[in-house]
Amino acid sequence: MPATFVHKFDTPVFKGEVSVPLGLYIDGKWVDGADGTTIDVINPTNGKLITKIAEGTPKDVDLAVKAAQRAFDTTWGLHAKGADRSRLMNKLADLMEKNAETLSALEALDNGKTFKWAMRADISHSIACIRYYAGWADKIFGQVIETSEAKLTYTRHEPIGVVGQIVPWNFPLQMMSWKIGPALATGCAIVLKPSEFTPLTALYMSKLIDEAGFPAGVFNLVNGYGHVVGQAIADHMGIEKVAFTGSTLVGRKIMESAAKSNLKKVTLELGGKSPSIIFDDADLEEAIKWAAFGIYFNHGQCCCAGSRIFVHEKIYDEFLQRFTAHTKDLKVGDPFDPDCFQGPQISQQQYDRIMGYIESGKAEGATVHYGGHRIGQEGYFISPTIFTDTKPNMKIVQEEIFGPVCVVIKFKDDDDIVAQANDSIYGLAAAVFSQNVTRALSTAHKLRAGTVWINIANMLYPNVPFGGYKQSGIGRELGEYALSNYTAVKAVQVNLHIKL
Amino acid sequence: MAAQPVTLTIPATGKKITVPTGLFINNEFVPSVDSSETIQCINPATEEVICSIVAGSEKDIDVAVAAARKAFKTTWGKNVTGFERSRLLNKLADLIERDAQELAELEALNNGKPVKIARDFDIGDSVGCLRYYAGWADKILGQTIEVDNKTKVAFTRHDPIGVCGQIIPWNYPINMWSWKVAPALACGCTIVMKPSELTPLTALKLSELIVEAGFPPGVVNTVPSLGSVGGAALSSHQDVDKVAFTGSTVTGRKIMEAAAKSNLKKVSLELGGKSPQIVFESADLDQAANWVGLGILYNTGQDCTAGSRLFVQDTIYDKFIQLVVEKFKQLKIGDGFDESSGGGPVVSKMQYDKIFSYIEAGKQAGAKCILGGEKRPGKGYYVDPTIFVDVKPDMKIVRDEIFGPVLAVAKFKTEEEAIELANDTSYGLGAGLHSNDAGQCMRVSQALEAGTVWINQYNLLNNNVPFGGKKQSGIGRELGSYALEEYTSVKAIHWNYGEKLDWPL
Repeated sequence: MPATFVHKFDTPVFKGEVSVPLGLYIDGKWVDGADGTTIDVINPTNGKLITKIAEGTPKDVDLAVKAAQRAFDTTWGLHAKGADRSRLMNKLADLMEKNAETLSALEALDNGKTFKWAMRADISHSIACIRYYAGWADKIFGQVIETSEAKLTYTRHEPIGVVGQIVPWNFPLQMMSWKIGPALATGCAIVLKPSEFTPLTALYMSKLIDEAGFPAGVFNLVNGYGHVVGQAIADHMGIEKVAFTGSTLVGRKIMESAAKSNLKKVTLELGGKSPSIIFDDADLEEAIKWAAFGIYFNHGQCCCAGSRIFVHEKIYDEFLQRFTAHTKDLKVGDPFDPDCFQGPQISQQQYDRIMGYIESGKAEGATVHYGGHRIGQEGYFISPTIFTDTKPNMKIVQEEIFGPVCVVIKFKDDDDIVAQANDSIYGLAAAVFSQNVTRALSTAHKLRAGTVWINIANMLYPNVPFGGYKQSGIGRELGEYALSNYTAVKAVQVNLHIKL
Repeated sequence: MAAQPVTLTIPATGKKITVPTGLFINNEFVPSVDSSETIQCINPATEEVICSIVAGSEKDIDVAVAAARKAFKTTWGKNVTGFERSRLLNKLADLIERDAQELAELEALNNGKPVKIARDFDIGDSVGCLRYYAGWADKILGQTIEVDNKTKVAFTRHDPIGVCGQIIPWNYPINMWSWKVAPALACGCTIVMKPSELTPLTALKLSELIVEAGFPPGVVNTVPSLGSVGGAALSSHQDVDKVAFTGSTVTGRKIMEAAAKSNLKKVSLELGGKSPQIVFESADLDQAANWVGLGILYNTGQDCTAGSRLFVQDTIYDKFIQLVVEKFKQLKIGDGFDESSGGGPVVSKMQYDKIFSYIEAGKQAGAKCILGGEKRPGKGYYVDPTIFVDVKPDMKIVRDEIFGPVLAVAKFKTEEEAIELANDTSYGLGAGLHSNDAGQCMRVSQALEAGTVWINQYNLLNNNVPFGGKKQSGIGRELGSYALEEYTSVKAIHWNYGEKLDWPL
């Protein structure tokens, strides 16, 4: 019988006792992993153990897929009316709302992001996302297409079937919501693997999904390591589609495995090295705030982080001075401190990686204008960091660091800046700051990025699509667009009176 | 009359229910600004007065429109997000669900329909309708259209149309209320609702829930009044952007005329019908007879899509008519608070008299009445299931909408003949066909001139499937995604960011 993690929160922003199941959630039941092993969950503020969760294996993935398929064939898929799927999803959103503080506290504990931002961003956006897709459930339209009087021709947008979903550790609950929202709305059955670094909110959500009344097998949770459980999902012959958010490196492996197994459909949400472009006619004060938010939000652990900041030479010095002052003001510390903006990075591994990039920046001759060091003695806290005097081919300019580290680069030419901004294998997002509409729009339209922000950064909505150009990904999440990831189109032609 | 709430006692159960009697404007129940007229609400099962409510005047409509306009400019319209509109609509649905039993009893008291049908169907469908449109509120999409990437962007915005006058009928008070309110609010419009003067009580009760759900003042306003007063005022009002009406074709014409003469407000109409059901020889006869029964007896025939003309293939005629008579006899028309009632009285004396005058006309014209057609003794506007056979196409009972449980039956030989007979009407709201021949189903459904065609079914609607009339049964569509078009107004934006104009040309 799987254990339960009971934690007493006693913080300035949240007090309460929270109970999280630690098993795998398969076919409506909480079970141990097939091998009976566990994975440690570490507190990133101090490197200490929070709890141990049940570890899933390929056998468990198999069981989950079987349960999902059975549900899809009997109580879910097109056997459940859209309006009923909608109702269940709205119930889930209601439960999430009721448990918003608990979810935020768990997210802060597990991931290290501040409780304040978890409430304000992660959890509130997750609830909105589920509600948004609840609204789509009974609106999956096909088309009726006029061919000839002798025929009735139409399309059905049928649920694809059993889907595998692999979500990352940077926005655990939010990424889970982006995935299960459209999948449940369209009638797909799910096998979901949270990140082994941040399983707690996913486990708590599984409790809520159960409480909301989804039939057994519709949603299954299998915690485990990427190379074990993630791989098993990508290889599985019974999974029709895999959706992955994470690094470009792993994304390639998933696509390869999908190709080698059953040609399952693949959507990928990968890395980025997104540019923020600040023209000389920008509202400088606003641009500074947005550019800072663009890189430091979530400790820089955002796929769409604006990590390359391009500043027009006319305002470069002023920008740098004020941007640095703004950066200095950001408080780094305890996620449960209401004054903190930034907590620790997620893990030792990520900490080492980011510090490694900082070292490479120094080694390749860039200037550490601000920061570049650890904060405190415990946990994985890194100072917000600004590099200047970079060259385009430096690692810190080309590669995704995934930490609170930005490079600030001078530019002089409107056409040249587009070329520089597009000089990346990535194409996830971009931000443009200018008060001149002609300049802003024509630049925005030339940027090779899935999301372009003008005079804003890092704002997403459940009804606006999000995804990458180039090696930042395949497919779009959010908005109506996400529905096509989870539906398969069948064209039906009914012959009325054509005789051979 | 003051606008104080009254407490009613439900005779059958002894339960008490409080009903507001004032006009609902700016989230408050208020008296008329200039009139002391009242409307008496009658219980059609007992013919007695339930209570009196304030009757709105033309000036009251003015006040309500002004409130709706102010809300549209400040707290609603483009000032509220789709997410928020969605949240509020879902909240409203939850509240209606919570109060379903009470609302069902009030509906049964004022309209006569059985409580269980009001609760499980009228209100159940209404809750579903609100939830369905709650889901649309944050999905009102425009298009971006490629013009010239170097210099211009063109896109459309689907703006809320503005202040909408909504005039609803007495046959499904709560359900018709939800069909109108839901898409209008989802799109960001504000509303002046005029419920039927025969059945205003549930609309007033629902207005309390509008407040409880949290809609800002002025977003929904309810002004019970006579059609010739409030309805006329709304359709001719210079500051109402759109009028939506469900009711008789006669009134629908007046509304469209008034709209044309005033400010060319947009109009959608849901009018009458004389819908045919066709039963072919290959049909499952027992099932078809059930659907025929539902088609004309549901809601005691007071349904715009009532299947009031029945065409039966000659080869199965005798057998089928026998089945239909048997089925009709099984339905009990009685008091709405009697659990065994499958239908209630018709809504008013006027309707009662109208239906019987048609029954008389049918007999006079030589049609044969093989079931019903007789008045009951005692209180209540009860009309029993009535069947006329041997009808001819030119008879009044075949051409005119009766709006009661009166079926006109004729025979046909061929498929072509059936289609011609079915389409021989100025109406085009619903149609049903019963057949096990797939090719026939396709051919006939393609040929029938009706906004909704049922195959091997009748009368069952879904909130996500559009509904409306062809020909003189109406203009526009309700339900489904299509209803959104009735409450949005498209603006195309051409944004030049690089094209310079040479001058002179």
